[in-house]
Amino acid sequence: MIKMNQVIKPRQLGVKIKEFFVSRMVTIVFIAICLLCFRFAGLSFTFYMRDIINRLSRNLFLILALIIPVLAGMGLNFAIVLGAMAGQISVIIVTNMGIGGFPGFSLTLLIGLPFALVFGYLIGKLLNKTKGQEMITSLIAGFFANGVYMFALLILVGTVIPLTNPVLLLSRGYGIKNTVDLQGGLKYSLDALFQRPLPQTLFYGGLFFLLILSILLLIKKMYIKKGNGILISNARLIGYGVLALVIAVAGFLLQRSDSTLNTVNVPIATFGFIALLCLFNMFIVRTKLGQDFRAIGMNQHVAATAGINVNKTRVIAMVISIVFSAWGQIIFLQNLGNLNTYGSHSQVGIFAIAALLIGGASVTKATVGQGILGAFLFHTLFMLSPMAGRNLLGDAQLGEYFRAFVAYGVIALSLGMYAWKKQIQSSSAEEIESDLD
Amino acid sequence: MELLRSKLQEFGAARTLIIMFLLLLLAIALAVGISPVGLLGDSLVRLGMNGVLVLAMVPAIISGIGPNFGLPLGIVCGLLGVLVAIELQLMKFWAVFGAMAIALPLALLVGWGYGILLNRVKGSEMMVATYVGFSAVFLMSIGWLTLPFKSPESSWFIGGGLRVTVSIMDRMGKVLNDFLSFNIGELVVPTGLLLFFLILCGLMWVFLQSKAGMAMKASGINPRFAEASGINVNRNRIAGAILSTVLGAIGIIVYAQSFTYLQLYRAPMWMGFHAVAAILIGGATVKTAKVSHVILGTFLFQGLLVVALPVANNIMTQGNLAEITRIIVSNGIILYALTQTRKGGAKL
Repeated sequence: MIKMNQVIKPRQLGVKIKEFFVSRMVTIVFIAICLLCFRFAGLSFTFYMRDIINRLSRNLFLILALIIPVLAGMGLNFAIVLGAMAGQISVIIVTNMGIGGFPGFSLTLLIGLPFALVFGYLIGKLLNKTKGQEMITSLIAGFFANGVYMFALLILVGTVIPLTNPVLLLSRGYGIKNTVDLQGGLKYSLDALFQRPLPQTLFYGGLFFLLILSILLLIKKMYIKKGNGILISNARLIGYGVLALVIAVAGFLLQRSDSTLNTVNVPIATFGFIALLCLFNMFIVRTKLGQDFRAIGMNQHVAATAGINVNKTRVIAMVISIVFSAWGQIIFLQNLGNLNTYGSHSQVGIFAIAALLIGGASVTKATVGQGILGAFLFHTLFMLSPMAGRNLLGDAQLGEYFRAFVAYGVIALSLGMYAWKKQIQSSSAEEIESDLD
Repeated sequence: MELLRSKLQEFGAARTLIIMFLLLLLAIALAVGISPVGLLGDSLVRLGMNGVLVLAMVPAIISGIGPNFGLPLGIVCGLLGVLVAIELQLMKFWAVFGAMAIALPLALLVGWGYGILLNRVKGSEMMVATYVGFSAVFLMSIGWLTLPFKSPESSWFIGGGLRVTVSIMDRMGKVLNDFLSFNIGELVVPTGLLLFFLILCGLMWVFLQSKAGMAMKASGINPRFAEASGINVNRNRIAGAILSTVLGAIGIIVYAQSFTYLQLYRAPMWMGFHAVAAILIGGATVKTAKVSHVILGTFLFQGLLVVALPVANNIMTQGNLAEITRIIVSNGIILYALTQTRKGGAKL
């Protein structure tokens, strides 16, 4: 064991600080860009908060759906586009039935499930055939599936698939309309379930978090004996505690003031769903299945010799991810309020992945925290860059191209860094091998 | 029977499927009364138009960096060349070849950097290339908005920035197509276009037979073995990337003069994918490619699109069936090729 309380020499400290910054380079650069954009966008803080809460509530679920395949060593799952398609098919079916509100939402989740299971199974099988090239395969599979999806919804619906609702069909009698309005149906079916003003949410949220922390502290004091593993370190406990307290106090003070933030509503039900997914992601790591994911993520051969069915586990990881992305897309659409039948899904993979990477994740490592931070930064940039572009250079288009460039560029950068690292590792391993010869 | 099966296997299941599909579409086209001569003429034009872009895949695949999904890098160089040619008021042949001359050094430089990058990411070239290509498209979109082009042909009257599509009909439209062009009955043969494409194909073929070409092939087939026999694999890969980028730049100029419009902004995004699909249909794999694959693949892929369009319009007036066919066929064939890579690059 290394003693934790050993004195860190100044030089070591310097190295540590350097390491800290280098490994979080992308995130730090993005924080700087976001601050700059905010400065030039000329936006009120209230407006910003309203929009960012909206964006987080509709995108976080999709971003968090990416985490399990990363854990299982399958890289960034560009195939969540397929999940999004499953979600959209389900939205169309439920809209056709004319069921709205929360019952409609629940039904949409349920109907989306079988589609997502099938898609996930197929893509999992496909990725088992192309090991080592999972990301490019899942990317192309998404494009391919898009063609099939278009064919099904544009040509087959109304001709082969019986669907007659004139709200959905194009005037020619077959094919789904380009945009399907969810107003009066699924729109806000989850968001409207339970929402409260932001300061109130902060106040109660902070208190709730404090409660959880004190329960954790209690468990730690009573049940976990020394050296028997740590549930949560003291430093973290104190850090989180202070943070929760600050949030609660800020919420309390804001509630009393006449700040415009009181008009900003937080869809608590939606964030509850997202929290459940976070817990699931954290929980699954501690199960047998989660350990299998990690084992095959580290080394498939070792995992196979340890008796893990590698191919099956990979398919399971894929199915879980696709199911979550289907649900994520449903949450996304109920917030947006209209379905762009042939476009809503196409950018899902790229935006979710770029967000995750901006949060500091890589091809082999991604956590819930990185997902949340990344979503926050990416969507700040997404919202502000057209405004900043217009104010700075008189052209909103410029900002739009800039954010698209950033989304694609950050993916290219992070894939490149990963491949480069892998190459350096393998060449140094080769050197060791040849030394042994 | 065995012989037939082995022959069929050699020819490839996917390719057989595509040809059958093409024949089926052709039969429908003839049945609904679409002129076969018109289809053939369109196919020839499309072959020459897209051929050079597909040819750009050959050096990339041969040198071991795989199908060049980063083709937009070369394409934006070519677009820049044409824009400069417009700015310089070049006309006709001068415009086409002037644009190429301007694009060439740019493409050399970009390809060189691109090759160095791809050497750093061995094993993940396709993925990195795809996203480098995408980000280049958007970086250049910012460029199209901000670069100081002044010619009224290419830029908006009010405000800054270039048009989304620039008409180049009067300046260099169909210059190659009409060169030595002749008619056989109703069939118009775009001689200059095809000649230019075939000359480039011939040059590529000669290059592949040369010592440098052989070395490039060797470093693609087995890098370790090539390294052991004294071939500088990394340098060959860079050369492959440069050649591919340069051909991409020339390819888009050929494409644009035949299309008579220059498409800026998002347009180059998917061109790399279509070129990859075309050469794969022609019989290439992600590890091996020949010039013959380029010609056959482009003809089949473009022929499919040419035939699919009027057929689709005839069957259903408002459908996007042709577009859907293109998406399914091009991505399906790439997907199929990817599943075959582990079997030592079996033939499609």
